[in-house]
Amino acid sequence: MATNTTVVPGQIAKPKASVGPWREAAGRLFRNKLAIVGLFLVSGLLFAGIFGPFLAPWPYQVQDLQAVFANGGRPLPPFSPDHLLGTDQLGRDLLSRMLDGARISVTVAFVVQMVIIFIGVPLGALAGWYAGLMDSTIMRFTDVIYAFPDLLFIILLSVAFRETPFGQALDGLFLVFVAIGLVGWVTVARLTRGQILSLKETEFVEAARAIGVSDRNIVLKHLLPNGISPIIVAVTLGIPVAILAEATLAYIGVGVQPPRASWGSLIAEGQKSLRSDPHLVTFPAIAIALALIGFTFLGDGLRDALDPKLKGKQ
Amino acid sequence: MTATANPAAGAQPKPVRPHDPANLVEVDDLKVYFEIRSGVFKTAQGSVRAIDGVTVDVRRGETLGLVGESGCGKSTIGRAMIKLRDATAGTVRFDGTDLESVKPDELRRMRRRMQIIFQDPYGSLDPRMAVGAIIGEPLDTHHLAEGQAKQERIAELLELVGLDPNYVRRYPHEFSGGQRQRIGVARALAVEPEFIVCDEPISALDVSIQAQVLNLLTDLRARLGLTYLFVAHDLSVVKHISDRVAVMYLGKIVEIGPPEVLYSAPGHPYSRALLSAVPVPDPAAERKRKRVILKGDVPSPVNPPSGCRFHTRCWLYERMGEPEDCRTINPELKVVADVADHQAACHHSDEALKTDVGIAHIDPTQVRRGTPASALAMLAETNATTPHHEGFQAPAFPDVPGATPESTSASDAFGVRDPGSTSTPTDRIDPW
Amino acid sequence: MVSANEEVPTGESPTIVELSSDEVLRERNAAVLEAGAGRKADHLLEVRGLSTHFFTPDGVVQAVDDVDFEVGYGETLGLVGESGCGKSVTALSIARLVADPPGKIVSGSIQFDGIDVLKLSDVDMRKLRGKEIGFIFQDPLTSLNPTLTIGYQIGESIREHLGLSAKAARDRIIELLAKVGIPRPADRLNDYPHQFSGGMRQRVMIAIALSCDPKLILADEPTTALDVTIQAQILELIQRLSSEFQTAVLLITHDLGIAAGMCDRVNVMYAGRIVETGTVDTLFEDPRMPYAWGLLDSLPRIDDVRGDRLRTIEGLPPLLINVPDACRFNPRCSYARDRCRESEPQLTEREPGHSARCWATEPGGWIE
Repeated sequence: MATNTTVVPGQIAKPKASVGPWREAAGRLFRNKLAIVGLFLVSGLLFAGIFGPFLAPWPYQVQDLQAVFANGGRPLPPFSPDHLLGTDQLGRDLLSRMLDGARISVTVAFVVQMVIIFIGVPLGALAGWYAGLMDSTIMRFTDVIYAFPDLLFIILLSVAFRETPFGQALDGLFLVFVAIGLVGWVTVARLTRGQILSLKETEFVEAARAIGVSDRNIVLKHLLPNGISPIIVAVTLGIPVAILAEATLAYIGVGVQPPRASWGSLIAEGQKSLRSDPHLVTFPAIAIALALIGFTFLGDGLRDALDPKLKGKQ
Repeated sequence: MTATANPAAGAQPKPVRPHDPANLVEVDDLKVYFEIRSGVFKTAQGSVRAIDGVTVDVRRGETLGLVGESGCGKSTIGRAMIKLRDATAGTVRFDGTDLESVKPDELRRMRRRMQIIFQDPYGSLDPRMAVGAIIGEPLDTHHLAEGQAKQERIAELLELVGLDPNYVRRYPHEFSGGQRQRIGVARALAVEPEFIVCDEPISALDVSIQAQVLNLLTDLRARLGLTYLFVAHDLSVVKHISDRVAVMYLGKIVEIGPPEVLYSAPGHPYSRALLSAVPVPDPAAERKRKRVILKGDVPSPVNPPSGCRFHTRCWLYERMGEPEDCRTINPELKVVADVADHQAACHHSDEALKTDVGIAHIDPTQVRRGTPASALAMLAETNATTPHHEGFQAPAFPDVPGATPESTSASDAFGVRDPGSTSTPTDRIDPW
Repeated sequence: MVSANEEVPTGESPTIVELSSDEVLRERNAAVLEAGAGRKADHLLEVRGLSTHFFTPDGVVQAVDDVDFEVGYGETLGLVGESGCGKSVTALSIARLVADPPGKIVSGSIQFDGIDVLKLSDVDMRKLRGKEIGFIFQDPLTSLNPTLTIGYQIGESIREHLGLSAKAARDRIIELLAKVGIPRPADRLNDYPHQFSGGMRQRVMIAIALSCDPKLILADEPTTALDVTIQAQILELIQRLSSEFQTAVLLITHDLGIAAGMCDRVNVMYAGRIVETGTVDTLFEDPRMPYAWGLLDSLPRIDDVRGDRLRTIEGLPPLLINVPDACRFNPRCSYARDRCRESEPQLTEREPGHSARCWATEPGGWIE
């Protein structure tokens, strides 16, 4: 039911009806220029990751050795016929490999965040809601995990399980997910706990208790919907961290296994011929940078859009 | 929220009185202490004695007003009465049932009978839930209505509190403070309670809106036969709505009685100080008042003074040369001036009664009211001759049998709506 | 919270204050006369045609619209109204503290002690604030810097505007703290705001406001956040000190009781306009505007008969965007007629010193 805003003589203007807190937040988000840039970049990455490999001119592992021989044994530069971004030493099309890398990055990003949410949110919620001993125990546990040096731990895990079936699954991607996820859930857990602790004391929660709403419903219907905003932001900003972590692992040879073309491994391979064929490093590096920037802008935009500072106080 | 299991050391538990069916809520020697924990190991450092031994009843159908300043415990007591706070010692009985010994399921069912309206119109409604969902939640929790019946009930409740039922899909932040309070009232009424704790329900509202909401609460009380505990710091408001008023100081009730008696002849020096501090919108009366200015601040509830808690700031104590009993013995509530319902916890209330300190001598013949007689007369005239004249439509409030005898008189013409509006009666309160 | 062993504050007034009407009036008149003797302009503060608008994405909010009033030397003027009426914005505009963007003083003039405030440079304005104008805000918790001692914060003004030596400043600070009733002032100089209770913090704010002997104090709802007995203390303090220092006070409040007790004259504001102005007695005795009537009617009073239904003003204050040329109160007014919707009434004088803005009560109108 929308009220109009035409001013009737003698009457004073009425405001428009509101559309709900989520859509208002969306409105704020779309007015933020940097966030739009971020959204654009992220959409690009998603598109590349999901549809890219189907649209790629070449399968990522195919070696066009003829072309390389024809070029005197050197990788083809960008804008060569049939190879828009050039090839590597083995004649593998760089564009296609980058699209595979996009797919890897996208998969890592989202699956890792799923792992983080599924571990972090329930743990944080339990700690925040029950407080007391449960809270202390869970928090001490998270402190221990937090104290681990992330990258070292991920590397350790990866190296330790690399030869096992677990480590071989999905070309080594599965191991990567688990490793990054296992160290990354702490922030989300802490955030959830903090949100629940502070929201627990609000009057509308007290009202729910006075009505007789069960604990479970209070958490699910009141606490989480109200507390989820910083978690969304944290998850969005955690994606660049995951992408970078995966790239780093691939770079040092510990993550996704060849011939899969993670951007990190592309850089690792390409850096050998940095002087002669810089395109092999430049393009993957730009891709990583754009992905990171995109998610960071989007995350910042989300934070500003979801910020409850304008909650209708008169 | 959680209180400690630390009954006051050395105190004998008083035997609990038998349940009097005339009472809806009975509180016996209630103590609610909050522990202060600090340091790495969260060791107990002391307790905040929010409520330190209160015995009081709320009679069926009455409105008990509760006044006091910050730290006196009035908010805690309201919540303790409906088991939103745990008691450290003492008992709270609702309709004869001890709330401490009740099982969780039974307690949940009992919650239908006792509800609360909060002070903060902005914090007491979930900002992410639409109005319909907020009012529907109690209906769902207790399985009171479903589907179409539920929607109808929600609409009915909104109309009951004077809001347009079409607003069910709106969100709290689109409403003004007064309207949000009405939503809170509708939510409390959804379960058809008998007893409502009104925790400063109008303090956060604008002056002209306060009167609207206050009228709403009085009308609902008459219509639905409710019992209220009305907690407030505004003495004029409390007087207006209460059958009895209790004054609290530092966790104890220091005086209780019918407002006519308590406001004109308070037996406790703190009540006098409180009354004298209330500004009255009458400049002549303000100038004539003997106002008690208390020294210093309210002592901390962690460490209340020995003997009578008020003696460190009491003007009567000073005037009487600091009698020893005030310093050493904590006074109990005793009857004042042979009025059975009027009790004060002071060793020297008869002395207090002899003075006229704190009383505002407002000449009743000169009581000023806003609207001049000529204007009122004009309204009455116009109302009588042209009943459907624009601008003088009768208020859309549903007919309450016998509740508002002034419905046809001129004074009610103030409950009018926008004369130029073409909205329907249920659209009475616009969001602008 | 302070401990139970709070000492009796020095400089505190006697516990029971008995003020008879004649004595009070005499004292105040004397203070006001003395304050005005030999001053440069007729009035300490003259506001003419002040309009402050806020430029928001939803439109231009005309928060203060063409407001005129004066404050005499040593006088206490009340700006009374509900939330959204523009009283706070008016006070902020006088001190040029309106956030820009989105707010802007779009027109009008403000003369302070003969000086045109709106034409001052930022540097000169800063000198004016603090030295000539003192402030008391509603929430002492957020108006005081929690990381600085109160001694430092009071001293800030003194050092900035009076240029006293460290020792002289310190002495003055202690003197001020004693005057506002803070016990053991020399010891408490180095305490932080959170170590004081709400009432004590407000006293510190008053000390800061008075530190440079200002001519005007802007008090914006100074006691709304306080308990009623503490409120009585603070109001009594403000009244006593303003007489003693011969300071004018612009008191902004929604509480008509406070206005009745504290003010010499009162302006009632509604929807960004002044709708009635007069001495405190005439306003309460003989208000000439339906909003004022409704406001006074709707207050429950201690001397009420219990159980009367309160007369209320139905509806809500208007939004101040695209305000038409009509009486702004007319949608809620029981006495409104076509004239009220067609054009806005002006503020016209009904008796000397008493003006109101209403077609109905004007001479020749349809009431009285």
